Amino acid sequence: MPAKNMIQAINDGLDVLLDTHDDVLVFGEDAGYFGGVFGCSQGLQKKHGLDRVFDTPINEGAIVAAAIGMATNGMRPIAEIQFADYIFPAFDQIVSELSRIRYRSAGQFTTPLTIRTPWGGGIRGGQTHSMSPEAFFTHIPGIKVVVPSNPYDAKGLLIAAAECDDPVIIFEPKRLYNGPFDGDPNKPALSWAKHPKGEVPDGRYTVPLGEAEVVREGSEITIVTYGTLVHVALNTAEQEGVDAEIIDLKTLAPYDIDTIAASVNKTGRCVVTHEAPRTSGFGAELIAQIQEECFYALEAPIARVTGWDTPYPHAHEWSYFPGPERTARAIKRVLEA
Amino acid sequence: MAANKSTANKSSSSKKAAAASKAKKPDASKDELLTFYEDMLLIRRFEEKAGQIYGMGLIAGFCHLYIGQEAVVVGMQSAIGEGDQVITGYRDHGHMLACGMDPNGVMAELTGRAGGYSRGKGGSMHMFSREKNFFGGHGIVGAQVPIGTGLAFSNKYRGGDRVCLTYFGDGAANQGQVYEAFNMAKLWDLPVIYVIENNQYAMGTSVRRASSETHLHKRGVSFGIEGEEVDGMDVLAVRDAGRRAVKNARAGKGPHILEMKTYRYRGHSMSDPAKYRTRDEVDAVRAKSDPIELCKTRLLAAGWATEDALKDIDKRVKATVNEAVEFAKTSPEPDPKELWTDVLIEA
Repeated sequence: MPAKNMIQAINDGLDVLLDTHDDVLVFGEDAGYFGGVFGCSQGLQKKHGLDRVFDTPINEGAIVAAAIGMATNGMRPIAEIQFADYIFPAFDQIVSELSRIRYRSAGQFTTPLTIRTPWGGGIRGGQTHSMSPEAFFTHIPGIKVVVPSNPYDAKGLLIAAAECDDPVIIFEPKRLYNGPFDGDPNKPALSWAKHPKGEVPDGRYTVPLGEAEVVREGSEITIVTYGTLVHVALNTAEQEGVDAEIIDLKTLAPYDIDTIAASVNKTGRCVVTHEAPRTSGFGAELIAQIQEECFYALEAPIARVTGWDTPYPHAHEWSYFPGPERTARAIKRVLEA
Repeated sequence: MAANKSTANKSSSSKKAAAASKAKKPDASKDELLTFYEDMLLIRRFEEKAGQIYGMGLIAGFCHLYIGQEAVVVGMQSAIGEGDQVITGYRDHGHMLACGMDPNGVMAELTGRAGGYSRGKGGSMHMFSREKNFFGGHGIVGAQVPIGTGLAFSNKYRGGDRVCLTYFGDGAANQGQVYEAFNMAKLWDLPVIYVIENNQYAMGTSVRRASSETHLHKRGVSFGIEGEEVDGMDVLAVRDAGRRAVKNARAGKGPHILEMKTYRYRGHSMSDPAKYRTRDEVDAVRAKSDPIELCKTRLLAAGWATEDALKDIDKRVKATVNEAVEFAKTSPEPDPKELWTDVLIEA
């Protein structure tokens, strides 16, 4: 099976979708000729034509809005927002239009639009190229929110999203594009070529939306996370010799509480980690729900490891990033409580 | 396209044409004019009744009446055909009736009943009809403009010659996303007609108090989109301008802006203190420029209808509206389970 990094896997997914669905269009700022700022759509304009893979002006609001128009008219557009930090001009369209057209029209119209956007930190992008704004979007009824953590899932979730009649936002952890990242910026970069999830089958396959995966089985503690921090959690568990069960959420809305609850009811202890700031982060939702479902099984308070309640810093990126050290401290605290 | 393409203000010529058409024999067939009359009257009577039953407490929340602006949607609808699309803002009852949507279903949505177009999930501002190619009813000012542009994009992608009428008001004309849409529409020469319904007041703010350029048809100049001012109180002037724009869009010449000079007689919504204009101003427009009266005068002058025949039309329209009210009153409340449906695909 061919090894691919996440960019190649997404490119492959887009290619499969363009091949198999006449109603799929791929567009965004520099998504056509240039092939996307990270190269996710490279070569696709040449292969599929200017009318299907194209550049847009720099206007995120109208990119999403025009895509909503296309989607209500029966197309399956895939729009790229160049960085998740740039999505806010489109926020009104996502909140008030995209998420509600099915509801407002009592099911007469659907908006099968997929928005892909590079997300998260770890590449020294500073405040406006590092954000993890997922919690704003998980708060909107009527859209699905997806965060893949590896090439295999990135392709399979993309195809599932594009073929789904609901609108889906896919936040792509840009630190993972070229290789898994275990949280230590001083180590040499790793490659997806040696990672089992870097094996990406050719052709069409899907990874189901709304299903989490237990990526490491364990009995002592459950770590619930998504995106870049899946790899940080795995690394921390190995380093600390903790028998942790690690759950990669993959879909944040609607999220798979059954898989989480089964694990926490088994281990009795839980840590939730994410890169976004702490207050009103997605972890707050997870912990509220976990305590409702698992209160009597819990042996200790649930801990959160998150970014700080600050803008994403440039110079202090690794002080902000919730890496292995902070994760290990939280695990220890929960295990000893 | 040529950078120096003319985007001249055509308002003076279209005004002259409108004045001429009022004076002589109408440039329309008897049947066409009678249909316009009846279609406009249906909107007028529907809206009057909606206002009335709102006062009786049968309609809750917001309700924006279209009275005074009827010639715009009736004229524009006559300029499009099967498969063409319509999208608009929240003052949308007239657009839906002009599209041929069932008055019963529209009124029942106003009253929030199961028989409403969105089964009570949308209300006055948020209705759709796949069957009639009506893409909503949008409550966020200006949000429908780039969406209509996307509808036009998909039309062009698929080939064929469908066009999309994208309506918005003078207030929405100051939203930034309108200009993002204009840029895309001309960049890609999309078959979209932007119909600006300039009723001169964005809620309580007159165009003069909100717009640096009050000739809204000129707003496309920097994008190379031609625009013209149209007498939006004259259904034939609207029809003619609409036909020209639609013909060009179908021929691949891209977007066009039609600024309809119109006027709403009622308040912005049902709770409008009306302190931003005088009663005299409203009365003067009604007396001089009412679109239905103008149509009636033409029908009588051409000998195409008698006062009695027009009264019969009014009776028929009133019966339709009364039936809609009856339906909207007796249609059941939506099932409680509807609270949860149509949010995401049901598993």
